Amino acid sequence: MFSCKTSPEVGGMGHSVKRKEDARFLHGKGNYTDDVKLPGMLHMVMVRSPYAYAKILSIDKEKALAIDGVLAVITGEDLAQYNLHWMPTLLSDSQMVLPTDTVMHQSQEVCAVIATDRYIAVDGAEAVDVQYEPMQAVVNPFKALDEDAPLLRPDKEGQKDNHIYHWERGDKAKTDAAIAAADVVVKERIHLPRIHVASIETCGVVASYDKDTEKMLIYLTSQAPHAIRTILALVAGHVGLSEEKIRIIAPDIGGGFGGKVPVYPGYVVAIAASFLIGKPVKWIEDRSENLVNGFARDYHMDCELAATKDGKIQAFKVSTLADHGYTDSSANPSKYPTGMFSICTGSYDYEHAFAELDAVYTNKAPGGVAYRCSFRVTEAVHAIERMVDKLAAEIGKDPALLRFENFIKKEQFPYASPLGWSYDSGDYKATLEKAMEMVGYDEYKKEQAEKRAQGKLMGIGICTFTEVVGAGPSKDFDILGIAMFDSAEIRVHPTGKALARFGTKSQGQGHETTYAQILAEELGIPYTDIEIDEGDTDTAPYGLGTYASRSTPTAGAAAAIAARKLRDKGKKIAAHLLEVSEDDIEWEVGKYFVKGAPEKSKTIQDVAFAAYTNFPPGMEPGFEATHYYDPPNLTFPNGAYICVVEVDEETGAIDVKRFVAIDDCGNIINPMIVEGQVHGGLTQGIAPAMYEGIVYDDEGNVLNGTLMDYLVPTAVESPHWETGHTITPSPHHPLGAKGVAESPTVGAPPAIANAIIDALYPLGIKHLDIPITPDKVWDAIQKAKAEA
Amino acid sequence: MAKHKVTMTINGASVSAEVDSRLLLVHFIRENLDMTGTHIGCDTSSCGACTILIDGKSVKSCTYLAVRADGANITTIEGIAADGTNHPLQKAFHDQHGLHCGFCTPGMIMRSIELLETNPNPTEKEIRWGISGNLCRCTGYNNIVKSVQQAAEEMSKEKEATV
Repeated sequence: MFSCKTSPEVGGMGHSVKRKEDARFLHGKGNYTDDVKLPGMLHMVMVRSPYAYAKILSIDKEKALAIDGVLAVITGEDLAQYNLHWMPTLLSDSQMVLPTDTVMHQSQEVCAVIATDRYIAVDGAEAVDVQYEPMQAVVNPFKALDEDAPLLRPDKEGQKDNHIYHWERGDKAKTDAAIAAADVVVKERIHLPRIHVASIETCGVVASYDKDTEKMLIYLTSQAPHAIRTILALVAGHVGLSEEKIRIIAPDIGGGFGGKVPVYPGYVVAIAASFLIGKPVKWIEDRSENLVNGFARDYHMDCELAATKDGKIQAFKVSTLADHGYTDSSANPSKYPTGMFSICTGSYDYEHAFAELDAVYTNKAPGGVAYRCSFRVTEAVHAIERMVDKLAAEIGKDPALLRFENFIKKEQFPYASPLGWSYDSGDYKATLEKAMEMVGYDEYKKEQAEKRAQGKLMGIGICTFTEVVGAGPSKDFDILGIAMFDSAEIRVHPTGKALARFGTKSQGQGHETTYAQILAEELGIPYTDIEIDEGDTDTAPYGLGTYASRSTPTAGAAAAIAARKLRDKGKKIAAHLLEVSEDDIEWEVGKYFVKGAPEKSKTIQDVAFAAYTNFPPGMEPGFEATHYYDPPNLTFPNGAYICVVEVDEETGAIDVKRFVAIDDCGNIINPMIVEGQVHGGLTQGIAPAMYEGIVYDDEGNVLNGTLMDYLVPTAVESPHWETGHTITPSPHHPLGAKGVAESPTVGAPPAIANAIIDALYPLGIKHLDIPITPDKVWDAIQKAKAEA
Repeated sequence: MAKHKVTMTINGASVSAEVDSRLLLVHFIRENLDMTGTHIGCDTSSCGACTILIDGKSVKSCTYLAVRADGANITTIEGIAADGTNHPLQKAFHDQHGLHCGFCTPGMIMRSIELLETNPNPTEKEIRWGISGNLCRCTGYNNIVKSVQQAAEEMSKEKEATV
């Protein structure tokens, strides 16, 4: 299935070579932010608000400062002297670095204690006496727009209520008309609750300002170090932090998943503290700070799907209320406040669609970051995939058959979706057929009929999703104005070994291996001879970072094109060495040879050596190339997932019997790594589907802010995943690749939800919001029985 | 803060230090001894990233005071194989792609050492339950299970060979 152009020793695309980065992690020699220890380093701990909404009456630092080892207590008033108490969010809203008068959510940073030791810093934080006047918090987003709701952001000019923005796309009138005229319309309000990525490493920073060189060195848990450097220069330029003086190093990162894209207030305070004190300052979040101060999802989606009585889909409409907390800090491209949510029309061919969204402020933590998915794609896919299943149930049609009858056909690509995307490629039919064959769909259908006859609850759930990843193109996509391209810089040394640097940053995806494989594929230099370096803004070329499955679509493409530039230069050198015209030189992986005389050849290593020792007269010496890749389109990975469950009617317990995931991510660089990414994404799919959700009470208190009660799946909850592929290359990507790591997080929740609801359908249960927990199932069963 | 003298063996070397009563063993290892392979992922003993061996038993060192370890024999990820070599679990995690970001890996391996010590031929279910005190957010656990299976097999063979 994975055809390889290179030998296993060269290790180009398609080889499951073992990862080059493993050794240091396996021996405890990784270098994560909390491992960084600098001479004279101070430690910072945050004092946080116990209230969701309160006025700060006073902050008494005295007792804290009296503790031996506590050096400073930094408040919003202190930062206000430098105009650093507020910062812009990625979507040009504003977020407090530290408050001067009001706290807007529970656990918000109130002030920071700097001490010589982390234990003493904690003592200091305990000793700070903050007096609050609590106010009635706005917790329910549906009440945020009530007339008597308090105005949460009076600081914003012209802000009259708690409405942040309205967004819409599509033709409302035509969609409404199609829905009104349809034979069948299914409706549902679907909530995707707040969840948190909960990477096992929390967020943190070590900031070290050198007053003599005026250099600010920052070790940061960042998926996007270059963009953060620019933002920092823009925000703190007025106090003297100039971009060339800022060096951000994103060292090894213990999982990102989107949670390490934003700038958190703690980063800014630590940087400011180091700047003011002139010593290194470390701040590492504890787990509760991590879980409570950011989020993904929180969309309430009112969906309507219209179809003929035979199940031909005609129109889809979705109206969403988004709870953004007290500021819109969604990590989305500027022109896309709802991210790629308009992918919500799914894998199906129909004409009419309309999507709209209203975002509101509440007294909750800001966030709106991803949870291992491209900007808001999970919400979109959940909406359409639940609704397609609901339609199938409503008209009594097999959900697989309904999907086959509505799929965009292979020959329709590039496909213009009703909400404006140009899907690049796919073979949805083949992908679903493969999943059905692998799971044994027909047999399970029979087994289900038998079990139902015995009164047992068994369900089969399908999800056939289309993702949209790999932003740019830069004409449409930017972060705070910075175009979303990415970069690769290759240096081939005289001995034919290479160093390549990228604007992205791996957080476990295996870039040190896969990028080397791309270069091995393009240049024929063994992947073991190629060092990969990312994450240091002083050395790596500028790029927008790793999130939204964009590394392979953008930086991977940049690597291929930069390598091809080198190959072109190499051809001239080879012609010079072989004393023939450049037109007579041909390339096969790893070597140039004379057309018709393959025995006359020069290897890429020969050519690299000659580039420094014996290059053609007039040629620029050296063997280096750089490329900044601005993609012409996004890529559209897709897949077909099937889940089989049994539900215990007595207890509500859910047993996932099988889960088959067929992904089409285009051409594959390293099948082992792709499979690993799919496994991980699937577990981060079952997590929100069955376990995770940040729960607030009416006062805005978070009720499950630790890993004791925020249920990250263990090996016991995580099923045995079965994976496979279809391969439909992206026609516009230089390698035909698409990106994969987030597809499973997008595709798994609806497959699981559809399976559980299918199991419960005989009882009359037609929808449940995720997380679908045993107690939720049990409640639904009791209610259904009472109604029956 | 009261100070206490502690002496323990860490990875075969004897270590003595004066420590605060409240100092956690994980901080003693990471901060005082500069061995940063043992990680911290939570503060509720939930994630297992800080797992080490104390007298052969896997222990979450974030919930263990340094003073309590006085006299103990401790092994961390840095001490399970001689420099330049791999413990069968390290080899297996590499072979089976049992790690992505690497943050949970030391804890997973330390836990798995005791698991295989007490149950040299575990079933898949026993492995899954055996590592259920250790969270991984990247891998989905399938390949971690396979890694432990591979190591179990290799360690059994090694044992047979030495008998």
